[in-house]
Amino acid sequence: MSKKTSYQLMQGNEAVAAGALAAGVDFFAGYPITPSTEIAEILADRLPENGGKFIQMEDEIGSIAAIIGAAIGGRKALTATSGPGFSLMQENLGFACLAEIPIVIVNVMRAGPSTGLPTSPSQGDVMQARWGTHGDHPIIVLTPSSVEEAFSYTVKAVNFSEKYRNPVIVLMDEVIGHMRARVSLPPAAMIERINRVRPNMPPEWYQPYERSASGVAPMASFGDGYRYHITGLVHDTKGFPTANPNEARDNIRGLFAKIERGFREVCLVDYELMEDAEHAILAYGSMVLSARSALEDLRQAGLKVGLIKLGTLWPFPRFALEHYLPQLKTIIVPELNMGQIYREVLRVNAGKAVIEKINRVNGTIITPDEIVKTVKGIVR
Amino acid sequence: MKQNRTEIRLAGSGGQGLITAGIILAEAAILDEKNVVQSQSYGPEARGGASRAEIIIADGPIFFPKATWVDILLTMSQKASDQYSFDLKAGGIFIVDTTYVNQIPTSNALAIPISARTREKFGKEIFSNIVALGVICEATKVVSIKALQAAVSARVPSGTEKMNMEALAFGKNLAREAIKNNNGVIAEAIEADS
Repeated sequence: MSKKTSYQLMQGNEAVAAGALAAGVDFFAGYPITPSTEIAEILADRLPENGGKFIQMEDEIGSIAAIIGAAIGGRKALTATSGPGFSLMQENLGFACLAEIPIVIVNVMRAGPSTGLPTSPSQGDVMQARWGTHGDHPIIVLTPSSVEEAFSYTVKAVNFSEKYRNPVIVLMDEVIGHMRARVSLPPAAMIERINRVRPNMPPEWYQPYERSASGVAPMASFGDGYRYHITGLVHDTKGFPTANPNEARDNIRGLFAKIERGFREVCLVDYELMEDAEHAILAYGSMVLSARSALEDLRQAGLKVGLIKLGTLWPFPRFALEHYLPQLKTIIVPELNMGQIYREVLRVNAGKAVIEKINRVNGTIITPDEIVKTVKGIVR
Repeated sequence: MKQNRTEIRLAGSGGQGLITAGIILAEAAILDEKNVVQSQSYGPEARGGASRAEIIIADGPIFFPKATWVDILLTMSQKASDQYSFDLKAGGIFIVDTTYVNQIPTSNALAIPISARTREKFGKEIFSNIVALGVICEATKVVSIKALQAAVSARVPSGTEKMNMEALAFGKNLAREAIKNNNGVIAEAIEADS
């Protein structure tokens, strides 16, 4: 702890807002909802100061529609919400996936379903983030487990959305959104900003969905002089509806191909004490905090336990598990839901290790002691 | 491994300013060059529901952000006293605002009518949370008074700094008086802690 470092007390939601600004977000449209409200509150102050736009919309359907429009107009656009609002956004989220619009949705999860427990933590929206909108589509979902990561993952979310022309979801639980911690954020000059690739051919040659070698098509902003068509129907490279099976195949497979190409880059995973581990706790969000604390006790008790920390939930980083499966006897998956990532772990595990889940859906979080007890119970 | 971890819980009703007090205490800890995490829990109501702020202060890294066995507990409602006094560590310090707590669950508590005395002194209860911070500082020394003064000044609306400094000093005095007049148990606990 160098004394020259300047520290501040910062809340997770505050860090998301700071991350959005650092990544160059210049448009926010949203409707306030607990426990995400601080993000809108802060950006309402800071965006206009910096030449950006903030709009409070009539609801979350309007919010996502507005950020899609802003993104097509060339802005880096973000919205923040919680479960009930995220449900309302699903239809337009699908539109943004098919039309390949770079947007970022921050969902600070609260306990559901429906209005649920508005101020209590949960990780119940993991599957909704993956499959909430209909139709087969790829999606990138990042989940921070500290205030610093609330900042850095928001920056990454904006960058990934621009790079892959795809919606990115920051799925944060209430514990991370509302906790305050001592942080020191990197200076603005240190932060990488990725901007979408724009067309450089004459407008009459431009085909808005003609993929470049990277798998992503250059994106012109409305108003730049490139006239083109955007639709929620399956479309050809010119952006016009098509029912031609080959063109339909290219359209949908193209969506998957671009994310598959970036799979390793978008999969954020960290490993702690895994070198000699015989047992692993696989955790994300606030459960990482409980797991780390439990690890201290378990290691002191002489148990070889490590942590696989998922920063990306979707696409599911299966390699993180596959790499360690040969050495693992047990994997423990604590979640503030009935076992949503647990199923993914089962799928990848394919019967190799014993998989144990710890679940909590009462609006409180799983404590380190509960993890310690579970692990000791299994290992003995 | 978990020595040097001090867990503090401030609990009462929404509107008493306990979350603000928690933030200020956390910022004071940073000024004291400690590591800190602050979290909160509250109901869906704007005011009147149960409200709770927790602060973990440590020299090293802090993993679990919530309090489990608390070293310092301040309660400003009967419900909070009933609910949380069981979570107090042996040797922990329990401060009760008797303005809103009629039945104190243990004799091992520093009982002070914080809100009532604040009302008498300042004409309104709005400073109760800052007075409570003064009480906590004097009774527990969990943060330095210098850091607390700086943190309060940085958080409160401009123009109210002087009143808030008075509120802190008033709280420290309340604590000193109470410790002097209190039974031996609590004084001993505080003595052992400092």
